[in-house]
Amino acid sequence: MHHYHYMQFLSQLKAGQRAIISAIEADESLFHRLSALGFRVGKPLSIMRRASFNGPLHVRLGTTDVILRVKEADRIQINAI
Amino acid sequence: MKRIALLGMPNTGKSTLFNRISGASARVGNWPGITVDLMSAKILLGGNIVELIDLPGIYDLHGFSEDEQVVRHFITNNPVNLLVVLLNSTQIDRQLSLLLQIKKLGFPIVLALNMADEAKRAGITIDTESLSQTLGLPVIQISAKYGDGLPKALEAATSIINQQSTTTNPQSISLLLQEDHDIEHEMHELIQQHVQIPATLTDDTTDKIDKVLLHKWFGLPLFFVAMFLLFQFIFTVGAPIQDGLAWLLDLIRADLLDPLFANSPKWLSGLMLDGVYNGVATVAAFVPIIILFFLVMSMVEDSGYLSRAAFLMDAIMAKMGLDGRGFVMMLMGFGCNVPAIMGTRIMRSRSMRLLTMLVIPLSLCSARMQVFIFMIAALFSPSYAPLVLFSLYVMSFFTMFLTAVLFQNQYKNTEPFILELPPYRFPTPRQIVLRGWHEVKHFLNRASKFIVFGVVLVWLLTNFPSNVAPASVETYAGQIGVFFAPILDPIGINHELAIALIFGFVAKEIVVGALAVIYGLQGDALMAQMATQIDWVQAMSFMLFTLIYTPCLSTIATIKNESKSAAFMWLSIVWSLGLAWIISFAFYQSARLLGF
Repeated sequence: MHHYHYMQFLSQLKAGQRAIISAIEADESLFHRLSALGFRVGKPLSIMRRASFNGPLHVRLGTTDVILRVKEADRIQINAI
Repeated sequence: MKRIALLGMPNTGKSTLFNRISGASARVGNWPGITVDLMSAKILLGGNIVELIDLPGIYDLHGFSEDEQVVRHFITNNPVNLLVVLLNSTQIDRQLSLLLQIKKLGFPIVLALNMADEAKRAGITIDTESLSQTLGLPVIQISAKYGDGLPKALEAATSIINQQSTTTNPQSISLLLQEDHDIEHEMHELIQQHVQIPATLTDDTTDKIDKVLLHKWFGLPLFFVAMFLLFQFIFTVGAPIQDGLAWLLDLIRADLLDPLFANSPKWLSGLMLDGVYNGVATVAAFVPIIILFFLVMSMVEDSGYLSRAAFLMDAIMAKMGLDGRGFVMMLMGFGCNVPAIMGTRIMRSRSMRLLTMLVIPLSLCSARMQVFIFMIAALFSPSYAPLVLFSLYVMSFFTMFLTAVLFQNQYKNTEPFILELPPYRFPTPRQIVLRGWHEVKHFLNRASKFIVFGVVLVWLLTNFPSNVAPASVETYAGQIGVFFAPILDPIGINHELAIALIFGFVAKEIVVGALAVIYGLQGDALMAQMATQIDWVQAMSFMLFTLIYTPCLSTIATIKNESKSAAFMWLSIVWSLGLAWIISFAFYQSARLLGF
């Protein structure tokens, strides 16, 4: 039997969607910054909005609102809920 | 003297707290081991003078951003007696990690939990007493903005400072910093035991405002309207103040200084009045604009809107190697380059800051506008005037874009673009006024000598040798014009205009006045004379050159002290001169080729 595993990234989510972080693949400096802002494996987040012209994403994690570019959001794997 | 450092994450109100404690006594200073300036102030604490240092806001002691390195270098090079760690109460679940990292290093600490009022509104309750017992250090809830809890926090700081006489040992901290500990687990335990956070925040005012201001379609237009209004505010309020100041300075000169130097030798009165005093007047002219600019900027910044502007503009700016905050500064540059360059300090990545500083001097500021209005009136018919002015604005945007694109690999930004979006807040008048005051002090301290020196130098060049007419072709300035004729002729700039360009290094405001001295004529007579000497192609070439080359001495001085690099200052001068020449050359030669 085949088990299909879809890799999904934060950058693919639409405004209003919620997800749980499943992995962060970033170099040390980006990893540090992300984790200091609350991006940790297992943490839920929601996409508040996305800027026009493929601009940054506005993400809410717990009590913190963060904006990040698609390039950085590409480093964060999630499971949509 | 004992030393206290203030540490916290960005957007926790650290600078507000620092300003509240230090009042207007703060100064900017250099510290061993680090290259950026830090604000510090001497304050009275329990009968002793103590030095308070405001460290940059950081997320993580072990991070790799420039600010994080600055803090690490500071604490491993400078002994301190106490660290006041400031955290945002509403985000304590996340921010406690920073405190625990610092605690591991063995610093004496007072923990101040800021924004107690916001936490209360959000339904977050923190049991400071039990948290204090578990952590083994004083924990005090404060509001830096309104001053609540501050006396209690200072009291705790005083008692720690008075108890111990030894400072921390930077070397042992340096060793400890190399070990990384399992902080996450400890943080989780502490939050579970001592803090209750509701699942969703009860205060949704910020969400409601964001729905409008960050709207998919209305967000950008609203941003431009807001920028336009702020811009109008700064320059409609600033212009009369600048005029009043100029009037006052003229009055002082006419009624006080002119009679005083009436009997001095001509060279001395010239040096003192046209050199030194004019230099002082040049510096003074910037003061109202800088104050107003930072009044507005601190409102935009402290309200939380600047991060929103970054969100809205980032898609476009990222392509130029810049970010959305840089765009706000570029727009402000169209009013005056000097405060716009000072404002780039909000960007924490040095390379992106330098790139923005290279771009801003190309924006068509209000001083250059005066030159253009004069030249257009003298050489163009009224029906062409709007078109000429519009083409200069287009050229300004074009050169900015070109510069950013060409240099973006040179100043490659390596820091990730991840910004926290703080809730909207009302800044207090005190915060706003203090900011304006600090920035003016900074400008006066750092730039005034440089500017006065430059003005004196140009005065010397345009008034010596002493046996020839001032600003004539026989002066040193004129001789420089003649010397550079081989490169100025191909762009249609004659000796007289070359002298005006040398004056233009000081400030564009004096270019028209300089032309009056050079031609020995005023107003309509000057315009008529210029119309007989040069044609519109030369005038356009002169305007293009004026638009692109170094805006003024004050901008150069500001670039030098904001970048802390003479080499970067020279790059900015040489690049703008080179680009000015190339564009004027391309325009002048093709216009001539087309038979104009």
